[in-house]
Amino acid sequence: MSSGDASSRDGRASVDVRDLPSFGFGHRSAMWWATAGLMLIEGTVFAIAVAMYFYLRDINAAWPLDAPPPEMRWGTANLAILLVSLVPNELAKRAAQRLDLPRCRLWLTICLAFSLAFLAVRGLEFAALNVKWYANAYGSIVWFLLGLHTTHLVTDTIDTAVLGVLLFTGPIEGRRFVDVSENALYWYFVVLSWIPIYAVVYLAPRALF
Amino acid sequence: MTMAHTGPEFSSSRDEHRVDGPTATDTTRRLLARTWDDPPGIVGMLAAVNHKTIARRFVVTTFAFFALAGMLALTMRLQLARPGLHLVGPDLYDTLFTMHGTTMMFLFGVPVMQAVAIYLIPLMVGARSIAFPRMNAYAYWVFLFGGLTLYVAFVLGAGPRAGWFSYVPLAGPDYAAGKGTDIWAQMITFTELASLLEAIVLITTILKMRAPGMSLNRMPLFAWATLVTQFMVIFAMPAVMLASTALILDRLVGTQFFNPSLGGDVLLWQHLFWFFGHPEVYLIFIPALGFISSILPTFARRPIFGYTAIVLALIATAFLAFGLWVHHMFATSVPQLGKSFFTAASVMIALPSGLQIYCWIATLLTGRLNLKTPLLFVLAFFFILVLGGMTGVMLGSVSLDLQLHDTYFVVAHLHYVLIGGAVFPLSAAVHYWFPKVTGRMLDERLGRWQFWLFFIGFNVAFFPMHWLGLHGMPRRVWTYPAGMGWSAMNLISTVGAWTIAASVLLFVFNVWRSLRHGPSAGPNPWGAGTLEWAAPSPPPPHNFDALPVVHGRDPLWDPPTHPAHVSGLAADAREVLLTTVLDARPDLRSLFPMPSIWPFVSAVATTVLFIGSIFTPWAVVWGSVPVVIALTAWFWPTRRHHAQAMALERKP
Repeated sequence: MSSGDASSRDGRASVDVRDLPSFGFGHRSAMWWATAGLMLIEGTVFAIAVAMYFYLRDINAAWPLDAPPPEMRWGTANLAILLVSLVPNELAKRAAQRLDLPRCRLWLTICLAFSLAFLAVRGLEFAALNVKWYANAYGSIVWFLLGLHTTHLVTDTIDTAVLGVLLFTGPIEGRRFVDVSENALYWYFVVLSWIPIYAVVYLAPRALF
Repeated sequence: MTMAHTGPEFSSSRDEHRVDGPTATDTTRRLLARTWDDPPGIVGMLAAVNHKTIARRFVVTTFAFFALAGMLALTMRLQLARPGLHLVGPDLYDTLFTMHGTTMMFLFGVPVMQAVAIYLIPLMVGARSIAFPRMNAYAYWVFLFGGLTLYVAFVLGAGPRAGWFSYVPLAGPDYAAGKGTDIWAQMITFTELASLLEAIVLITTILKMRAPGMSLNRMPLFAWATLVTQFMVIFAMPAVMLASTALILDRLVGTQFFNPSLGGDVLLWQHLFWFFGHPEVYLIFIPALGFISSILPTFARRPIFGYTAIVLALIATAFLAFGLWVHHMFATSVPQLGKSFFTAASVMIALPSGLQIYCWIATLLTGRLNLKTPLLFVLAFFFILVLGGMTGVMLGSVSLDLQLHDTYFVVAHLHYVLIGGAVFPLSAAVHYWFPKVTGRMLDERLGRWQFWLFFIGFNVAFFPMHWLGLHGMPRRVWTYPAGMGWSAMNLISTVGAWTIAASVLLFVFNVWRSLRHGPSAGPNPWGAGTLEWAAPSPPPPHNFDALPVVHGRDPLWDPPTHPAHVSGLAADAREVLLTTVLDARPDLRSLFPMPSIWPFVSAVATTVLFIGSIFTPWAVVWGSVPVVIALTAWFWPTRRHHAQAMALERKP
């Protein structure tokens, strides 16, 4: 027992844990495991959806089916926005680990602005897909992939907004900083999952093989 | 306020009686119980988060679904008892077998294993609570509402009719009119959501909340089985959620995933469904293996033989289970080479299962047997599972599978595997842990009657189905003409089904009787070695007065070693100990949430969203507003919780 002290009372030994910290970051916290579990689940969802895409591409002679490939513009813009958003995200995470409340407030607000910008551009992306979901199986899977990723964005935006309001108005305890840190971890997942989905939606229809 | 003890090393400003430990006073114990108890009243019932409360409800709910699905099966068996009967018509018969399979797989088989784990795991690993108790409560309510949705639709005449695996195009927009399939698809969303959340809850509990000293290689085998199963849930369930979402989108908003005329494909459904569906069998089977590995050592009165081999076999089974799904599709146009690969994989999974069976036999042979009801059920498991496993190896061969596909041979095989592999071990588990949960013993004589009726009834009901399948009787036919040569075997099978029903009734009577007149169990009636038997029966709301410290694999059998307990956790707040993942060294004190009505309200809002979306896609938009509000209220810290957190806070 290295962390807990084995103390002796009334002649009986016990591991005394009263001096342990009441919160911790990373894999020390239970919340990290919940976030990691969620990322595993959602990662599997994305992987299987991408597999569906290539399955459908494989069984059809032409791809994309009866439609020009989606316009690159907005999707690429969003890729850029997401990658830049990693900066305030990382700064929010570091501020949380320093228990620096004013910086947490600042960077979380900037993160939120990035999510809102991203969601606005996402609307334009749907309009530039050049195919409707009901036209054929290609349209269905493209809308499905983009819809899945948008669901994650919306959820994380709401999550960030609620946490932001709490940071400004609510009672602050150590656990809040862990929440900010885990929120940043999940945003990493949303950003990093966009890279393969971007490649599938925008590059796969243009690939010759 | 009596001060129990104040030593020189006592540095905290908190009163000693507000802190737990092996020397705590009765006042502290009462305080702990009050802290961890669920609130009273009807609102309190809906706000309950104690893992034992939720798990009891969960288990009872899954057993109720088991009974309902059993009644559907009895109706089908009556209809097939004689040729040409008109007890039910073909449409109702289709609904019956769809509801039966769907209920048994999605509302009983998988969730009952998680429900039992929610009860046992915190006790087995020596924790005060399950991780994320509110999420646990939410998952239960979502599961309950999903099951109720299915049955309300069934009673209103809108039950699904396309079979439990809901193949397209039969389940697609062209052939399945009405709302039945949409209800089925959303029931999948409900139950899989619940299941995935429970997976996170259980994984975190097992990895982060074990008692100090319970390193991974000292963890009870049931905890290992549960851990492996929950990782399988995480990788398997998304496939069926995606599949059912794609299906409902095809039906409601006109996507073309499964429409071959517009680039879709019907086999895509089968791939997605069985990529989940085959691991699902193991989601039911692996926890059952965990039951057996817990029960056998107790009744053989020795530690398990081959602990490490069994853990590795569980992990191997989990990996291999993901490489088998195409063996459900041998009758389709998948490439021949693929079929050979999946045949090999299907036969290979017999290896880790066989390894475990040898470890159990070795445990039995070298132990001193105590032949009680739980052990009888385990021994029957060996017999039935081996039969089911052998027909499985037969069906793994492509040439034979093409002959037997969609016949009663498959029905016989899957019931031998699932009832033999899961329901018999589960019955053993119920007899074994019933005294822990209720504090009373089940009657041994009634238990033996129940066992023999079940064992004989099961074989009488399902063994003739092998023969029926070999003689060409297709599954899912609502009746058959006289003169096919199937009449006698069908009648025998029906008699067997009613014998099983008698056994289940006897079990219900035994439970009722025991709750009233059963002898008191005491903490450890079987003389078992794992931690759940260190707590009183039934355990108090806080499980353990002082958390145990573990020094071996069977803590109650190991010689007493010091330190034996943990001290210093708050008794007046829901404080738990988090330990490190591999070695279970004490790491953090974490304040857990209090009971709350919001998980229940969130589940109601989620239900409105899911059911609304069957009727209009816009429900996904307006339905998420109440969900977000409820979840925010759930997350928002209360004044009382904040005050406690500040009082206990210590920065890392």
